[in-house]
Amino acid sequence: MLTADRVIAGAIMALSVYFMWHATVLPIGWNGETGGPGGGAFPFWLSAIMFVCAGGIILRSLREKPSDTEPFFDSDTLRSVVIVTIALVITVALMPWAGAYIALPLFLFWYLKIFGKHGWVVTLAITLGTPVFLFFFFEVTLKILLPKGFTEPYFIPLYARFF
Amino acid sequence: MELLGHLADGFATSLSPLNLFIVIIGVTAGLFIGAMPGLGSVNGVAIVLPITFIVPPASAIILLAAIYYGAMYGGAISSILLGIPGASTAVATTFDGRPMAQQGKAGLALIAAACASFVGGTISVVLFTLFAAPLADIALAFGPAEEFALVLLAFTTFVGLGGDDVLKTIIMICLGLALSTVGLDLISGQPRLIFFDEPGFYSGISFLVLAIGVYGIGEILYTIETQKTAPQVTPAKLTFTELWYGIKEINKLWKTMSLGSFLGFFVGMLPAAGATPAALMSYGIAKLTSKTPEKFGKGAIEGVAAPETANNAASTGSLLPMLTLGIPGSPTTALLLGGMVMWGLVPGPMLFIEQPDFVWGLISSLYTANLAAVLVNLALIPLFVWALRMPFTVLCSLVFVLCLVGGYAPSQKLHDVWLIVGFGVAGYLLRKADYPMAPLVLALVLGPLMEKSFRQTLISEQGNVLAFIERPISGTFIAISVIFFALPLLKHVKRWLKRDLSPAE
Repeated sequence: MLTADRVIAGAIMALSVYFMWHATVLPIGWNGETGGPGGGAFPFWLSAIMFVCAGGIILRSLREKPSDTEPFFDSDTLRSVVIVTIALVITVALMPWAGAYIALPLFLFWYLKIFGKHGWVVTLAITLGTPVFLFFFFEVTLKILLPKGFTEPYFIPLYARFF
Repeated sequence: MELLGHLADGFATSLSPLNLFIVIIGVTAGLFIGAMPGLGSVNGVAIVLPITFIVPPASAIILLAAIYYGAMYGGAISSILLGIPGASTAVATTFDGRPMAQQGKAGLALIAAACASFVGGTISVVLFTLFAAPLADIALAFGPAEEFALVLLAFTTFVGLGGDDVLKTIIMICLGLALSTVGLDLISGQPRLIFFDEPGFYSGISFLVLAIGVYGIGEILYTIETQKTAPQVTPAKLTFTELWYGIKEINKLWKTMSLGSFLGFFVGMLPAAGATPAALMSYGIAKLTSKTPEKFGKGAIEGVAAPETANNAASTGSLLPMLTLGIPGSPTTALLLGGMVMWGLVPGPMLFIEQPDFVWGLISSLYTANLAAVLVNLALIPLFVWALRMPFTVLCSLVFVLCLVGGYAPSQKLHDVWLIVGFGVAGYLLRKADYPMAPLVLALVLGPLMEKSFRQTLISEQGNVLAFIERPISGTFIAISVIFFALPLLKHVKRWLKRDLSPAE
């Protein structure tokens, strides 16, 4: 837990420096002409406070005795969380190329059948029902087009039918 | 009597067939969301917000408020039937709700929770109606200096009263504010913080993206590890005799319930406090003032009624500063505020003047939502028992899909979907390391207002920083902020002094 605390605080410090570096593009000091701080001041000084606080957490952790041996992750949870995250990333990466109507059902199928170990009835009902619902809710009712990638041509007859 | 006239006009809006239908849909959805372990009102509102484009803006806000309301009722359902709070706000309900269920009185506990929620909701909505217009009148006198001071005050309540690690709270506030500056500078219009020169960042980071990431993806990742084994659902049957008996029992608890309602309403108004501490405090007070405190924790009906009145009252209370001042009293109302801004209904005192139809329509819809929630709650109990048996993986997969599609829909940019996944994972890790999430979301929503009011004041005062202290109202707010900020510091100093005095330890 103590190590994880330090790693996260360290990451926040790095993020603050990155933010500060970006903020210096605009004036970070007092803007003499108009009165008041420049455009970069807000993000710069807020990130500076973040940096100092995260530094404080690390300093504090150095004084603490590593008394609790409770791990930040147990290996079981870490595995599930990492797997689900990877699946999500793959799904989003697939969306521009294969479209939402292939990426999302694939994700659902994997989650229900392989990750969740559900039966075929539940898996197929949800995997096939969800895209139909999404199509009618978003595309037909709200006129919000989801990304389709190479499947776009197959939707043209559906568009002609429902729009 | 002007108030009653406004309220009557409001009912004309909220009782229109569309809005009545929306309220019923909203509370039903809210009840289900609230009843699902791991999902509470914040998650429900975050996930549903993007798909509310289907109705006009005023109705969309009524829908979201109804979900918020329903979720407050729903939280009690899993607290009683599973022994797991359906939302953090229903933690205190498990203390006596679970023992009651184990003694075979699950039905009675559910009735008590629903009726107490109704009482808490009703008393607090009446308070809300009385306070809203006067508070908005006062807020009309606020200029940018007062706005800045008020936002500062909202953030310092997290430091002083939030109860989380002070350093981590400050980090989350600063992170939220820094993220809110991404995009174009408010005053000069120049681009800033365009990470990796990615064009998607020019339009800034939407509160919705952060909320869906943290409260949708992040929350489910968090629950994946806590819900490894399926919990045991206690069966509950409801008969009319039981219902009648329950209402009679509840009728004896007026003192507990009115105390809980007032307490919840005022605690709920504070941004850092809200429904969870209000419910715990109400439980504590009910136990203190009870004639039979030894029954608490072993299935006392007061132990269910007290927290349930308070958490519903708190959810109404947190709406008050959001609507009248533009400062949300809870993460959920922060999302409502963001949604309203998105639809061009900027909350604050001017809303009462410019959009009275909407404001009073929303207020009166709280009355109808409250009534609808108690009726739907009692009628659908068998359905909830069935729904709670739904395997968790089914719920998770559907929530993930809704998050991805819901995140894409408002902007129609995949850039936002990537951000959602990123915020989800980051939010999960931060939450695991005990970083509070509420100040982060609040800061992102309030960030633009804070920066704009700060810089506007300084420009109009020719750079005189003392302007914030010289004006009486903003000076008072700043003074209170300083006190809140100093609170944890004082505690630290006290502990340090004590340690010095007793070196033997």
